[in-house]
Amino acid sequence: MNSRELTFTERLYIIEVFKGLWLTSRHFFSNMKRHLARQLGLNRVERGAVTFQYPEERRPFSHRYRSRHRLTKREDGSPRCVACMMCETACPAHCIYIVAGEHPDPHIEKFPIRFDIDLGVCVFCGFCVEACPEDAIRKTSCSKILAYQSTNSPSSSSAISLNKGRANVDGILILS
Amino acid sequence: MPTLTINQKSITVPDGTTIIQAADKLDIEIPRYCYHPGLSIAGSCRMCLVEVERIPKLQPACNTRVSEGMVVHTNTEKVKEAVSGVLEFLLINHPLDCPVCDQAGECYLQEYYMKFGLYESRMDENKIKRHKAEVIGPHVILDTERCILCSRCVRFVNEVSHSHEIGIFNRGSQSEIGLLPGKVLDNNYSGNVVDICPVGALTDRGFRFQCRVWYLSETNSICPGCSRGCNISIHSNRQRPHHAEGRRVVRLKPRFNAEVNHWWICDEGRYGYKFIDDPSRISLARVKEKGEFLVLTLDQAIGRAGQKLKEALERAGRDSVVVIASPQLANEDLFVIRKFWGEDLGLSQIDFRIPNQNPARGDDFLLRADRNPNTRGAEAILLDENGFDLTQLLRREDSRKFQLLCLFGQDLTKKLGVPWAEKFLQQFEYVIYVGSNENETSALSHLILPSATYAETEGTFTNFEGRVQKIDQAVEPLGDSLPTWETVSKLARALGYGYDYDNAEEIFGELAERVVEFQNLAYEKIGDSGVEITDVSKMQVK
Repeated sequence: MNSRELTFTERLYIIEVFKGLWLTSRHFFSNMKRHLARQLGLNRVERGAVTFQYPEERRPFSHRYRSRHRLTKREDGSPRCVACMMCETACPAHCIYIVAGEHPDPHIEKFPIRFDIDLGVCVFCGFCVEACPEDAIRKTSCSKILAYQSTNSPSSSSAISLNKGRANVDGILILS
Repeated sequence: MPTLTINQKSITVPDGTTIIQAADKLDIEIPRYCYHPGLSIAGSCRMCLVEVERIPKLQPACNTRVSEGMVVHTNTEKVKEAVSGVLEFLLINHPLDCPVCDQAGECYLQEYYMKFGLYESRMDENKIKRHKAEVIGPHVILDTERCILCSRCVRFVNEVSHSHEIGIFNRGSQSEIGLLPGKVLDNNYSGNVVDICPVGALTDRGFRFQCRVWYLSETNSICPGCSRGCNISIHSNRQRPHHAEGRRVVRLKPRFNAEVNHWWICDEGRYGYKFIDDPSRISLARVKEKGEFLVLTLDQAIGRAGQKLKEALERAGRDSVVVIASPQLANEDLFVIRKFWGEDLGLSQIDFRIPNQNPARGDDFLLRADRNPNTRGAEAILLDENGFDLTQLLRREDSRKFQLLCLFGQDLTKKLGVPWAEKFLQQFEYVIYVGSNENETSALSHLILPSATYAETEGTFTNFEGRVQKIDQAVEPLGDSLPTWETVSKLARALGYGYDYDNAEEIFGELAERVVEFQNLAYEKIGDSGVEITDVSKMQVK
């Protein structure tokens, strides 16, 4: 890419610094004016810029938002997944880890004895859902994917199960 | 020698050739399930139908012999329609359980459906349910729902292994593959039925659910299980270590070589890869101090080996050092051993032959009694006219002590029995073990140097017929382990000799110059099927 040649005043640098300070403070004061006017009931149309105190405060998401995965279940409660590795193969982030085991029912044959998604690596592209031939993995509108430490034990209150940064199959099933 | 034309390409083939063989020579693909070049013709699957001019009906290419002036078309609409129809019949009762099927990814039902099928299913009836996941032998599992009754496996056990364990039972839509009464598919070639099964009906029990086939990389190699030197392909999983319990080499498949093993390989060789990722692998160098092994860096260990060797030579001379190489090693390893120990240090006590107290047995097909891949190469490279024979040393009774033994990967305790091996090893002040896996012999030695397995190095093996065949590197050497030629080169450098080989090819070049049996051979000319060494005994007769 060719960058533009700097003009003399730009090369002086100090003038540009003050220009930048002017831009920042203009936003600050205009926002403060809008917030004050709103508080005093002078102007209810214009809104000032807002900071959310994440994670205590949450911005509302659309119901169509699809984020956290869940594994669907059969009628008997066992996972529908047959460990075919289609999602693992399709995953562009390589964050799905499946280990297959022998299912006692020979007409099911194969099921996951381990199904981990490393949510710290996942890019939430949804390819796993597209790839699944069994409708065994879906994405939910649950956006609560957070933990203060990656080694947190599953916390029952928030129904988030992160184990070494990985949500395991049980954690995801609790959510569904 | 009739000349025929297939898809406008003409070819002249010997009398008796079938259309499918002629097409294979021209690299024209004709779909097939029951036809296999190593088995008799069944003509049962009807996938290979082709149009022959002046014959009104389509002909099965596997069972139609060519004649002079024959004009064959394999890609006309009529042929495509017929193949698509045959596929539709074959898939009527197929369970389409590709997600759980180990064959998925290398299944010819999938492949030909994508190439010639691509129709909407018109099947309204319920599919016939049959038994699934039926264990029929120590290595093979049968799924009768997936079977398309091509009968390749039945012909294999009748014509190749001559063990007659499986057959097709019942008639019509009730037909299915099964074991003959009282039989188990346990012959030493049973794994081959998995390879020749074009669908997922016969799958491998050891490989079952271990890894999807599209995760595997293939590397050409040679089976180290016996002196036949069957051509194999090493299937390794390098990217996803959570599969197959972390094993990197997941399975071996035979590779066609008309001069050696054709399409086949015995089960002993096929399942003989497990030592590569076994917990007993030696990944770090270790030294025994006060009865316990301590881990060393490779450079420390090589330094210590060099120091011990120097001391031994200074204290008691060349006759106090013995080297036992191994016929499991590649030609290049053996040549570097000969060059360093034999030529540079001038030792005469180098051998690899150890009398095996529990000799293995061969069979009349592929498996040889000599379970080493490179005995012929070791004989050509290491043995010379001075006639040192290790057996005499092993059997000797006098109490003179030797200074140093360097042992390359041979498990003496297993071959000689523990008492004899212990007695022999006690004759040495210091024992250096260079090997890939721990065993009782390594436990009795003083210094252990890790070496790479055949899957982790490149090089060549010479089979019992004198065919030099190439092994390629499938996976990285484990831990600190190195190819044996590199370990020996490092040791030589520690003693002040200039050994700076970069790869096996360089060593093979020198080997071809220096060893008369290998004369006129070049590494790049070995190719996929190997080259033969010069037979010196025959040369002298001339």
